[in-house]
This record gives sequence, structure tokens and C-alpha cells, in this order.
Amino acid sequence: MADYVRADEVAIAPEIPEPLPATVSSDRGESLLRRHIDEFLKSPGAVAGLTVLIALALIAVFAPAIAPQNPYDLSKLDIMDNVLKPGERLGSGITAFLGTDDQGRDMLSAIIYGLRISLAVGAISVVIACAIGASVGVLAAYAGGRVESVVMRIVDLQLSFPAILVALVLLAVFGRGVDKVVIALVIVQWAYYARTVRGSALVEKRREYIEAARCLALPKSRVVFRHLLPNCLPPLIVVATVQVAHAIALESTLSFLGVGVPVTEPSLGMLIAHGYNYLLSGKYWISTFPGVALVIAIVAINLVGDRLRDVLNPRLAR
Amino acid sequence: MLVYLIRRLGQSLLVIAVMATLVFVAMFAVGDPVDILASPDADQRERDAIAKRLGLDRPLWEQFGLFVWRALHGDLGRSFVYNVPAVDVILQRLPATLELALTGLVFSIAIGIPLGVLAGLKPYSRLGRGIMSGSILGFSLPNFWIGLMLILLFAVELRLLPAGGRGPVVSVLGIPTAAFSLEGLKHLILPALTLALYKSALVIRIAQAGTREVMLQDYIRFARAKGLSRQRIIFVHVLKNIMIPVVTVLGLELGSMIAFAVVTETVFAYPGMGKLLIDSINRLDRPVIVAYLMMTVVIFVIINLIVDLLYAAIDPRVRLAEAKG
Amino acid sequence: MTPPILTVRDLVVTFGTREGVLTAVNGVSFDLYLGEVLGLVGESGSGKSVTGLAILGLIDPPGQIARGSITLDGAELIGKPEEELRALRGKRLAMIFQDPMTTLNPVLRIDTQMIEAIQAHERVSGKAARERARQALARVGIPSPEERLDAYPHQFSGGMRQRVAIAIALLHRPAVLVADEPTTALDVTIQAQILAEVQSLAAETGTAMLWITHDLSVIAGFADRIAVMYAGRIVETGSVVDVLETPIHPYTAGLIGSVPSRNKRGVPLAQIPGMTPSLAKLPPGCPFSPRCPRATVTCRTTMPAETPFAGARMARCHHPLTGEPLAA
Repeated sequence: MADYVRADEVAIAPEIPEPLPATVSSDRGESLLRRHIDEFLKSPGAVAGLTVLIALALIAVFAPAIAPQNPYDLSKLDIMDNVLKPGERLGSGITAFLGTDDQGRDMLSAIIYGLRISLAVGAISVVIACAIGASVGVLAAYAGGRVESVVMRIVDLQLSFPAILVALVLLAVFGRGVDKVVIALVIVQWAYYARTVRGSALVEKRREYIEAARCLALPKSRVVFRHLLPNCLPPLIVVATVQVAHAIALESTLSFLGVGVPVTEPSLGMLIAHGYNYLLSGKYWISTFPGVALVIAIVAINLVGDRLRDVLNPRLAR
Repeated sequence: MLVYLIRRLGQSLLVIAVMATLVFVAMFAVGDPVDILASPDADQRERDAIAKRLGLDRPLWEQFGLFVWRALHGDLGRSFVYNVPAVDVILQRLPATLELALTGLVFSIAIGIPLGVLAGLKPYSRLGRGIMSGSILGFSLPNFWIGLMLILLFAVELRLLPAGGRGPVVSVLGIPTAAFSLEGLKHLILPALTLALYKSALVIRIAQAGTREVMLQDYIRFARAKGLSRQRIIFVHVLKNIMIPVVTVLGLELGSMIAFAVVTETVFAYPGMGKLLIDSINRLDRPVIVAYLMMTVVIFVIINLIVDLLYAAIDPRVRLAEAKG
Repeated sequence: MTPPILTVRDLVVTFGTREGVLTAVNGVSFDLYLGEVLGLVGESGSGKSVTGLAILGLIDPPGQIARGSITLDGAELIGKPEEELRALRGKRLAMIFQDPMTTLNPVLRIDTQMIEAIQAHERVSGKAARERARQALARVGIPSPEERLDAYPHQFSGGMRQRVAIAIALLHRPAVLVADEPTTALDVTIQAQILAEVQSLAAETGTAMLWITHDLSVIAGFADRIAVMYAGRIVETGSVVDVLETPIHPYTAGLIGSVPSRNKRGVPLAQIPGMTPSLAKLPPGCPFSPRCPRATVTCRTTMPAETPFAGARMARCHHPLTGEPLAA
């Protein structure tokens, strides 16, 4: 059967052009994208969110150039500078606008570097989880039958347990480490994407262009990944955007609980945990400012995600 | 219905069995408990003796068999740290966590329903939009940080409420509780509020959507045509309709609240199951971790089972589909 | 002649939508006399239901009453404070709706929904109110009303629910009952029963009725007068006999022609060509002109005014089918 199909394909392919998947088609696709962008820019909140997000990303990328101090370089730290109030001067002459922590680290620098880790962990884990989840979801939808029901049972099972608990146990097993946090976040997140993509793939599967692609006897993998998957992207993008914020919040929570990133590479959550003991004695800045940075990042991502949902899916528009 | 019940029960047992295996295997990766129990200067012989006492010298499958056999008898091992049965350690902490979760549930309804209904009545107003945006924050802001900020504000700056711990415990009907004294309630407010934030965001969303939908119904129009006051329509006609989905969802969420208490209890140094789990992970107290996980799995499976069965009892379509499938 | 109990003058109701402001009711005027049944007939979207809601002050944003006057017992209703309107609703002005399956709150028991309607207007004990509710149910022909009071709406059939709604609407012997197609969703046999019951109850309480429907056959044996609405305007009014036997407006004639009846057997059923125009793009002249067989250039450019005809009739038409307009 497989041989016959392949022979057929060779015979037919040169004559009939492959039907273009709707969202990536040249002409319509571009004007659609244009319209989405215009629509997105109409919301001042979303534009503000995007601006902040880009700014934060730039800060994270160029952290070494921007931060007043390298917080990881222990030789630069002076224990005499510990727990300075915001605005006081360090021994090295730098002004600590956001104060210092117990090791004499400039909080602003620590936050800039922490932001780098938090954003990176969030974004990387979402990209990997998204790739895995989307592939599993679209394949399950395409395959149908027993494969689909087994896969979806696993997805349901996993989603019925709270992400925080699953990640906590995983990290208790793995031990600390940025890479381990990413792996744990991927494991707790992939099921969301699998469910999202499978949902839209089930709808798209019945559309005519999939029928057309199948009639051309294109290889299955091509039908699934070139035709089916791109058309399931809009809801996936929305879920993934918001999920970055969740991943960042989850990472910070895990680090706060002491099972996340190692002490040597403090993320924002770790910095907040550090300040916990000082909070009770009124030295608020060690916990507060990293939290504010975290909140700004999360709010910005949500503003963007919210608008994306409105733009990409008018049915869900509020 | 009976066939469905048996099938569903079988699935639940399967889930518990799978989770038990996963938990058992996972625990082998959580450090060597001998490292914790043996004194730092212990020689190999002492270490071996400890391993033998704990049964760690036997082959893996034998340990697993023993684990399952004991688990079926309600024995999940003795805590390395407290040297009492792990299940007892957990059960001792259970009332505190339940107290916290239930108070959190009450808070989330008390916050979520009024705000949600308000937003649903005026969905396009500044207030309505503001409440909905706020609920997104409730969903996505890191809960522990909110807790810290509440401590900073109410405990450190205003000195109104205690920063952590649990109030004096008294026994009411055989259940140790702190909810019947002023001091106990004071200790409960901040952690329960923190725990409730996420759920109240959820309740706001459900209540808002429900209110919007109900307000468009003919029976609301008819109620107005009867000359009912706005209060009567909102507090009786609307509220009664939206309570059904809210209660259903919150029932489902009780399990996740118990799980999420891990974070809240750590922030507020609240002596519940969640704090115990974190302490046990840090001390590599394997039996307690296992006991916690197994109990949580069982709680979740039971909640899901009850909800599924209720749905099947209410909705004949579910029954038919399941019977066929 | 006694003055009308309800007057509506030049009522305009608009809805702000994304496509602009739509005028759902555009200059509607009519009178309703005590004990009278006025049939308000029109296709869906003609503005008849909105007119009914406006009388009870139940127009919600984005809709609003742009101008006009509605008086009950000579007192102006438009602009009345909400609390005063509330006190009138259910007491002097009542309304029943089209779909009996949705007019009762599914999660409240029948007694709750009846007692609250009584207590909204009178200070009576729950027990006394319940007794009145029981009597009201008995009056609309609900068997074993005492037990039925404890039931929930889903335990009733559609016809029974509409009876309950009617019982609730008539609890306070209102002066005016607005009935928005209350029998449309029911079986034909139930329809006839309910019509007969409402008629006798209304006669008993002296309630005047504004009976909104798209079905001329319902109105024929039941109403005293008819007002025909098209695209937000009343195009013809007159007594039932006059309007049905000698329609003035071609639209009325079209409606009558499209009702199946015994003496038209074998003849293809007449249809009005075209569709009800969208309120967003009404033609400049008579809104019916694109579908009208008698339309001329004048019709397409000029809106015909309300013109009185002999026999206390009115029509808006440049080319009336019968009769000569009375000189103003």
C-alpha cells in the first residue's frame, strides 16, 4: 500500500500544485498578518506591554553592560556593604539605588541578572514544551483511535494534578540547577499545548485543504506538519504567550521554596526568598524590588497575551 | 450506570497504582537517606547497618513489593526524622491544612462572587473592565510574593496581624482547630487570603460570565416586568443561578488548594502538610514525602471520581457515550 | 368616550450599535382603551416587541427611548424615576413573553416566584401571599395548585408554564397587559385554550391588552383593533373587521394574503416578495416600497404621512388599496 501511494505521488505531483496552507499562503497570509498587527496596535495597553517586554528582554540580554556591578563576581562584593538601604553608596563608589542584600550585592544588578535567568527559563521552557506538546497533540489528532485516546488520557491525568506539586516533586528528585528547572517546567507544561493543539487540529482536520492534501497523497508527515500544524497555531500562540508568564511565576515559586535554581545563579524568585528573613525586620527592599520586577514582566506578558487572544480569535473577544 | 461505576473505579485504582510506582521510583533518586541518618564520621559498617535496618540493601523489586504490601495495610514507613509512622506525621498536620484551605475557599467566594457579579452587571464599564483585569493579575502574579507583601503591610508596617505561625489550638469535637479563638483567626487571615487570591480570580471569571449570561435571560426580563427590585433580582434570581457552577468548580479546586498550601504555608511558616513536605524534601525524609504524595494522589483521585460520577448522574449523554466507548 | 388608559405618542427607540444608531421604533403612536384588545402585528424586526418593552420601561442599553411620550392614566411614564416605574410594573402594567420555557427562573420554585411578585407591591405575610398565589394558579386552570406551588419550572409543560406566567402577570389586576407573542411557542390546541382563558380573565379584571404577534389568524377572532407595524412604523390601524376585510396598505394585504385558509385551497399561497429590510439601510422613501407592487417614484423618495381614513382608520400609504383619505 505504501509503495503504491508513493508511486502515485510521483505521478501526480508535477501536475497539481500542492494546496497552500491558509495561514502561510503568500498573498492572503501577508495581508492577514498586516491586519493582525494593525489590530494589535490599536490597544494602547498591549502596545505598552510589548514595549516593556522588549525593554526587559534587552536589559536581560545586555545585562553585563547595563548592570552597575557583576553580582556573581564574589571578589567585587564587600561584606561591609551588606543590607544597605536604597540610595546608599557602596564602598566601591557605586550608588545602590535599590539597596544591597546580605552579601553586599547591589540589588539593581542582582535584579538585572535575575531577570535574565527568569526570562530565559520561562521562554526556553515554553519553547521546548510547546514544540513537544504541539507535535504530540497534532499527531494524536491526526492518528485518532487508540493512540489518540491513550495520549489524551495521559494528558488529562497530568493536568488533573497541580503543576506546582508535580514540578516540586520532579525537582526534589532532580536536584537544583537551571537546566533541571527547565526540564521540570517542560514536563509540567507540555500537556497544555498537546490539549490546545489537539482541540484545534480536530477541527482543522475536517477542513477541505486537508482533504485536498490527503488526496494528493502527500506524505503523512508533510500533511501533519506543513498543513495541519500551521493552522492550529493561532490558539497555540495565545496559550504559549500567557504560559511564559506562568512559567516565570512557577520558576520563581520553586526557587522560593528552595528547589529551583542554585544559589550561585539567583533568579528573581531566589532573590525574593533571600530577602524573606530581612522582611520581618522592616528591611523590605531585598524582597520587594525583585518582586516588582517579576510583576512588571508578568503583567507585560499578560497584556500582550490578552490582546493576542482578542486579535487572533475574535470568537473569544470580550 | 453500574458498569460505568465499575469501569470508573477500576480506572481510579489504576491511576493510584501508576502513581504509586512513579512515586516509589522517584524517591530512589532523592538522595541516599543513609547520608542523613548516619553521623558524618560513621564508618561503612555502621552505614550498612542503617541500610539493612531500613531494608535498603535488598533488591529494588523486593523493596517495591514490600512497599506495596505495607501501603495496602496503611503503612507507608516511619519518618526518619520523627521516628514515628509517616502517615501519623501527615495526619497530625492535616487539620491545620484543611482549616487553611477551607478558610481560603470561604475567602475566595466572599471576594470573588461580589466582584464577579459587579463586573458581570456592567461588563463594559470602567469598573467591570478593571475587575476583570485585576482577576488576570490574581491568576498570574506569583502567590508567594503577594503573601510577602501582605506580611510587610499588615504585620511589619501596620502591626495588625501576626506574620506567621498558627494560633493557639483547641480541640473542638475531637478536631484540633485554631479557628475558634480571636488569636487563631488572626493567624489565619493572611495565609488564607493569600491562598484565596488565585481561586477568587477564578470565581470572579465564572461569576462574571454567569452574570452576563443570566442577565440576558427572559426570566430576568420577566422578573423585572413583575416589578421586582434590582436587589431582589440580583441577590435571588442571578445569585442562585451562578452559585451552581461556582460551587462545582470550587469543589474540584479544593484538592489543588491543599496542594497549593505548600507555598502559602512556607511563606507564613504555617505548620501544615505543605510546610511538612518542604521540610521533608530538605531533610530527605523519604517516607514522609511518599506518604504525602500518596495521600494527595488519593485525595485527587477521589475528588475527580466524585465529580465524574455526579456529572454522569446529571447528564445522560455522558452515560451513553461512556457505555459505548 | 372615556379617555384611553394608555397613550403612546411619537415613540422613537434607538439602539447604538457598531454599524451606527439603529432606529427600531420610529414615531409610533396609538391609544389603548380600558378593556380593549389591540393587536400589534408585524414581522420579526418590525419593532413590535421593542414597543412593548418601551411601555414597561424595560429598554436596556445600548437601546434608549430617544423621544416621544407614553402615558398611563394620563401620567407620563418616560423620564419617571426607576423606583416609580418599578412600582407600576407588575402592578398597573404587566407583560408576558414569547417563550414560556425561559420566562420562569429554573432554579427558583414556583411559589417563590409568585410570592415575590405579590410582595413586590403589597405588604402581606408570606402565608397570605402564598394563598393568593394558589388561587391565581387555580384561576388559570392548573390542577392541584397547592402541590404545584412547590414544584420547579422544569416540572411543568410549556403550556403550563405560560399559564403560570399569565397568573403572575394578572396577580395585581393590571390596567394594561402587554403580551409579546405568548402563544407562538405553544401547540395549536394549547394556544386556543390559553387565548380563551386570557380573554376571559382580562374581561374579568378589566385589563386592556396590547397583543403582539406576527400571526394574523391569532388576532382575527380575538382583538378589537389592529395596528400593523413595518420597519419601526405603524403603517395601518383600524378595527379588526375593517383591516382584515378591506386592507388599505398593500403590506397589510400582503400579510392577509399569506395566511393559509380554507377558501383559498388549490390557489398558491401568496407571498410578499423580498425580505424585511435591515434597519441599518432603510430606503429613503416608504420602507415597503422595494417590495410593494404598487410602488411609484413618489414612494421611493417620500415617506408617506399618517393619513386618517373613514371609520376611525389610519394608514401610511401614497396609493391606498381602498377608500379615500379624509381631508385633514
